[in-house]
Amino acid sequence: MNTYWKFATLVVVVVGTLVWLAAGGIQESGTYYKTIGEVRQMGGDAFGKRLRVGGDVEAGSIVRVGPVVKFKLLQDKQTLNVVYEGTEPLPDTFRDGAQALADGKMGQDGVFRASKIQAKCASKYEAKPGTGAGAVKRAGI
Amino acid sequence: MENLGAIAILLAFCLGIYALVGSVAGAWRQKPFLIASANRAIYAVWFLLTTASALLVYALLTSDFRLAYVAAHSNRDMPPLYKFAAWWGGQEGSLLLWSWLLSCYSVVVLFTNRHKHRRIMPYVSATLMTTQVFFLIFNAFVANPFRVLAVGREITSVPDGNGLNPLLQYWAMAIHPPILYLGYVGFAVPFAFAMGSLITREPGDGWLHTIRRWTLVTWLFQSCGILLGAGWAYAVLGWGGYWGWDPVENASLLPWITATAFLHSVMMQEKKGMMKVWNVVLISATFWLCIFGTFLTRSGIVSSVHAFAQSPIGKWFTGYLALVGAAALYLILSRLDYLKTRSRLESVISRESSFLFNNLLLLVSCFAILWGTLFPVISEAVTGQKISVDVPFFNRVQIPVGLSLLFLTGVAPLLAWRRSSPASLKRNFMLPGIAGIGTIAVLFAAGMRHFYALVCFGLCLFVASTIALEFYRGARAISVKTGQNLAAAVVELTRRNTRRYGGYTVHIGIVLMFVGFAGSAFNKNLTVDVGIGDTFHLGRYDLKVLELREGENPNYTWNHAVVDVSTGGSHLANMEPERRFYKSSQQGSAEVSIRRRLHEDLYLNFAGMTDDNAKAVMQAYVFPLVSWIWIGFWVLILGTLICLTPSRVRARKARGAEPELADELVVAER
Repeated sequence: MNTYWKFATLVVVVVGTLVWLAAGGIQESGTYYKTIGEVRQMGGDAFGKRLRVGGDVEAGSIVRVGPVVKFKLLQDKQTLNVVYEGTEPLPDTFRDGAQALADGKMGQDGVFRASKIQAKCASKYEAKPGTGAGAVKRAGI
Repeated sequence: MENLGAIAILLAFCLGIYALVGSVAGAWRQKPFLIASANRAIYAVWFLLTTASALLVYALLTSDFRLAYVAAHSNRDMPPLYKFAAWWGGQEGSLLLWSWLLSCYSVVVLFTNRHKHRRIMPYVSATLMTTQVFFLIFNAFVANPFRVLAVGREITSVPDGNGLNPLLQYWAMAIHPPILYLGYVGFAVPFAFAMGSLITREPGDGWLHTIRRWTLVTWLFQSCGILLGAGWAYAVLGWGGYWGWDPVENASLLPWITATAFLHSVMMQEKKGMMKVWNVVLISATFWLCIFGTFLTRSGIVSSVHAFAQSPIGKWFTGYLALVGAAALYLILSRLDYLKTRSRLESVISRESSFLFNNLLLLVSCFAILWGTLFPVISEAVTGQKISVDVPFFNRVQIPVGLSLLFLTGVAPLLAWRRSSPASLKRNFMLPGIAGIGTIAVLFAAGMRHFYALVCFGLCLFVASTIALEFYRGARAISVKTGQNLAAAVVELTRRNTRRYGGYTVHIGIVLMFVGFAGSAFNKNLTVDVGIGDTFHLGRYDLKVLELREGENPNYTWNHAVVDVSTGGSHLANMEPERRFYKSSQQGSAEVSIRRRLHEDLYLNFAGMTDDNAKAVMQAYVFPLVSWIWIGFWVLILGTLICLTPSRVRARKARGAEPELADELVVAER
């Protein structure tokens, strides 16, 4: 057999295997980004799919019971109850008013069961009242 | 002062454009004075950017809170080191750092090549200055670090700043961004040389040698940057991992992979004159991915745990990426005759073919990471649904690819050029093969059932023994000839051919890192609520909480625990994890306590207090073999440095001598 044919066969085998693995990986870990409104509209379709929902953590809603953390996500005046039971510690940025992304599945009881939480602080200038920074705005030179 | 800084940046912008136009016009019209003045403009750009950077650092160190950037990223109570590190703590400052580093590189390139590569240098400068001008647009007009706080027309200031993000207040993180940037920015230089040689159709491979060294240096910086990031994640973030396939992490890995592919396939071009087109493609792709990585990090198109804000710079980056891609593609396609290959493949089992597969695997890996990182964007464009993929996707593809690459690491260096005879295969691979399979058998008998871990450990021993055999054979030949002992002969051998044996050393580093990666298959963890006097157990460790204290200092408040660690009744250590809450930024951060040992790390994270404030939430992890990742990393650095030192034989010869003479000598001695 021609050397180049041997090569072509090997390359196809290698790439094919990896494409197959990648396709499986997407099936397994594909997560849909949804707004809270969209999750509500999905109704029954929402159960069982891996979803990622974003929003602000409602102030004062974080409750810790042992390793379980409950809180409410707020987005466009809609709220979603979230329960986090993951093993990884919550990020340091996760606290009242932070922007959070919750990965997980919708439970039949309407509570979102998150397996992973990402969070980042709201813009620091807005989040820091009292120092007069609210009155300060950025200007050019 | 802020005016001076802003003016310096504006001037640098103008001079950058001048240097760009001057270089091209000078080369075109063959006016040496234009080229010389363009070169001086490049030096001036460096001087101006250094001034601007120094002014920003001065403002940070003196807490000049009239500047918006200082107010947002520094505060009075931070130690000076972190005030300095705030230079790259935010968007504006880190883009200034990018610009400044690029101008440093440009100056070094100009200086070290002032008597070399006459024909291509003007185009090298022009390519570098195109990038420089692009970043100066940000510095001057989009993300100017010298903006002042103002109410109406009145300049004002705040009493204290927000402080540097507490996660960044850690030594490895403080130096991680500049080192990673040294890697990112550095790849602009090989790209510039490649473009220069394509434009001028420079004959010969002299420039190839120059960019191979540059690529090696920037590859080293990139490796350091990535590993520092991993080490920081491990020691600071409190989740115990070092890699999470986060978009920003991926962004730093992508150019590293293509650069690794280039460092291998460039040997094909040097030795056999093959893969010229491919090499230029790899250099261009590496540079493109560097810009792309900066874009991912800075624009927020893909949501990431690295909390960088959405910003308007995305459009600019997209435009520039398109420009770079189109220019490189046009130049390569229009110069295909110049890039013609000298020889062809002869056998599947040969050095050439192993290089091809090495490149194929690296590229597939790179593409899979890129695909996974951009999947939300791609899926939204195609199906309207925004879908992201997670760690399992990356692991499914990358683990097999990584293991295959590890296998090639062992096999490829021992295959002969052109074709390998069955006899040589047997001679080279008999012992290592037995070692590898023996390892798997022993571990399996000992009860290990994790498939990938078994394969990984087997391959690690296989590769390690092929490399050891290589060192042994070469060293024995020398010691027979000169009467030196084996250890001295190994040193002598390495000095005779630094590229070859430095490369092997890098491979050993990679093998050690894989040992560490495989250890992660056996991680253990536990989360408990504990008070003083409570005990808990993990693995072979018995842990007892001795003290829980709290307190504060000007920068942060803290909770501190003292935990007694013992095993089988004998005391091992006291570990003291801490949790901090930074006052000015209103953010918490963990100071984890790690007991590092070669066989496993014990890792304690003070995750917080329970709501009634009575008990501490403590997370304990056992990470087997993780230290080998960091050890492997040091070996990798050592190997790269060996590669960068000139070989002794070659150094003694006049310039232009046969570059791989030492290689031939060693082979002849067998």
